[in-house]
Amino acid sequence: MGMTVVEKILANASGAKSVKASDVVEPRVDLAMSHENAALVINQLNEIFQGTNREPKPWDPGRIAIIFDHRVPAEGPKTASNQKLIRGFVARHGITRFHDIRGDRGGICHQILPEWGYVLPGQVIVGTDSHTTSHGALGAFSFGVGATEMASIWTLGVALNIEVPPTIKAAVNGKFSRHVGPKDLILHLIGRLTAKGANFRVLEFHGETIRNMSTSGRLVICNMSVEAGATSGIVPADSETERYLREEAGVTDFGERVSPDADAVYESVVEIDVSGLGPQIACPHTVDNVKPVEAIAGTPIQQVVIGSCTNGRLDDLEAAAAILRGHKVASGTRMLVFPASGRIYAQALERGYVAEFVRAGAVVMNPGCGPCLGVHQGALGDEEVALATTNRNFKGRMGNPKSEVYLCSPAVAAASAVTGVITDPRGGN
Amino acid sequence: MGKVVLKLGKDISTDDIYPGRFMATVLPTETPQYCFFDRTEFNQKLKSKGIEPGGIIVADENFGCGSSREQAASTIRGHGLIVVARGIARIFMQNAINLGLNLVVCPTLEAQEGDELVFESGEVINKTSGRKFATEPLPPARQEIIDAGGLIPYTRRKLLESPPR
Ligand code: SF4
Repeated sequence: MGMTVVEKILANASGAKSVKASDVVEPRVDLAMSHENAALVINQLNEIFQGTNREPKPWDPGRIAIIFDHRVPAEGPKTASNQKLIRGFVARHGITRFHDIRGDRGGICHQILPEWGYVLPGQVIVGTDSHTTSHGALGAFSFGVGATEMASIWTLGVALNIEVPPTIKAAVNGKFSRHVGPKDLILHLIGRLTAKGANFRVLEFHGETIRNMSTSGRLVICNMSVEAGATSGIVPADSETERYLREEAGVTDFGERVSPDADAVYESVVEIDVSGLGPQIACPHTVDNVKPVEAIAGTPIQQVVIGSCTNGRLDDLEAAAAILRGHKVASGTRMLVFPASGRIYAQALERGYVAEFVRAGAVVMNPGCGPCLGVHQGALGDEEVALATTNRNFKGRMGNPKSEVYLCSPAVAAASAVTGVITDPRGGN
Repeated sequence: MGKVVLKLGKDISTDDIYPGRFMATVLPTETPQYCFFDRTEFNQKLKSKGIEPGGIIVADENFGCGSSREQAASTIRGHGLIVVARGIARIFMQNAINLGLNLVVCPTLEAQEGDELVFESGEVINKTSGRKFATEPLPPARQEIIDAGGLIPYTRRKLLESPPR
């Protein structure tokens, strides 16, 4: 029987000739990523080792990545102390894939991993973050776990008792029209599948639209696969994956591409034609509450946010800067831009995008998660409405349960910043 | 047997269970104070011990969707509450099992706040309405972890079976 990409990866990682959905495997882990929640992972690691007469230490420090991003620079003493504790652990165990709060190597974990070449096709990646699904963009099987599960992986180097997930195939064809792109595609798909439609399943992406999509776009769709509940999104590696790794991540040895067998077994197939697709918006308070932009155009917004692990990359900033050029952010609306990494920030500076944003009246913030998770900066006031290129609009997500968050692409966000109301970027501009 | 202390709808996110702004608090001993923090009345009741351990949270589909924050499981477990939902999001389910939080998946459950529920093998009986609802087994792959009392003791056992590094 043929295998899907994830089945092949899991078979390989667990030393089996073949596996199928619902088999239970114990795959070795190629990379284990955490952010500030490494503080809890360290605590749980110590718990595991308690009473064993062994010294708590990670199985392979070279396979651990820790990136500070959720609350950088620290918003208060508790976070600062967690970060300090983690720095001590990193130093003690010689963890080199550590990204502290720095302009040159800092950023959001899901941007740092691909950018620094830490993810290769065919690998098994785990992260203590639900958007770890992102790294399927490079053809890896990549999924989110909790801190205790991570402590278990740090201890043994394998993920215990993993059930091979069934796979849904998404066949995406057609050419995007102007101002429409990967974010609109994934919002549309989540709307169709619903927030639980892919729970416990993998979304495997195929079709000409995906083949023609840059790795940056693939990161958007794999990142948000979890919003349909998916264990992982995955784009089978191809020549674009290799181009990205070589040119943008500086990787020369990227192993073998893993492709699905022609007779692979899929639980279901979803067909999407993007040719007629317009800009999509996820309305409060669930990501599957998706509508075409026309349906809610004109809704006043007090805050526009461009950034995050979903849409804070250079092409996103470029699209937004192009729309803002020669315009001002509407009065009564604040615009916050936070690039996904220090490297992207530097590139945006060189290309003049940062200057465009500042000239237009936007505030350009440091790389990190910033307003996305509502802890740190950019909280909303009661009854305020935000339009964001981030990935979640749950009640309270941007720091205030009495506010509302709409999700969209960078093009919609930038066009709307200029007018102060939700705006279709295809009209006028 | 227990009483339904909170009834929730579908797609309850971990941001709802444990708001992001408390994420710097990580230790299971400290997370219970922020349980459903923005549902002020319920949170207050929990804190004033107006809700007994063994109380049941009833929810619709996709409970615990969103972020992987484990605080969402430890904050409920800290109060000794049981979750009975029509469906549970994967990472939350995993975290709950790993931490030994009591979970029941019951796809057709109907219950209101104040109802008394009884757990039998394979079903939930709503004593108040007199109706029975079939439960769905948790993923069999995870049963060993449940039996071991959580992922920490389970991993510890595996560690001791492996040669020292
Ligand atoms: S940017 Fe937002 S979604 Fe992405 S890792 Fe940070 S908090 Fe999570």
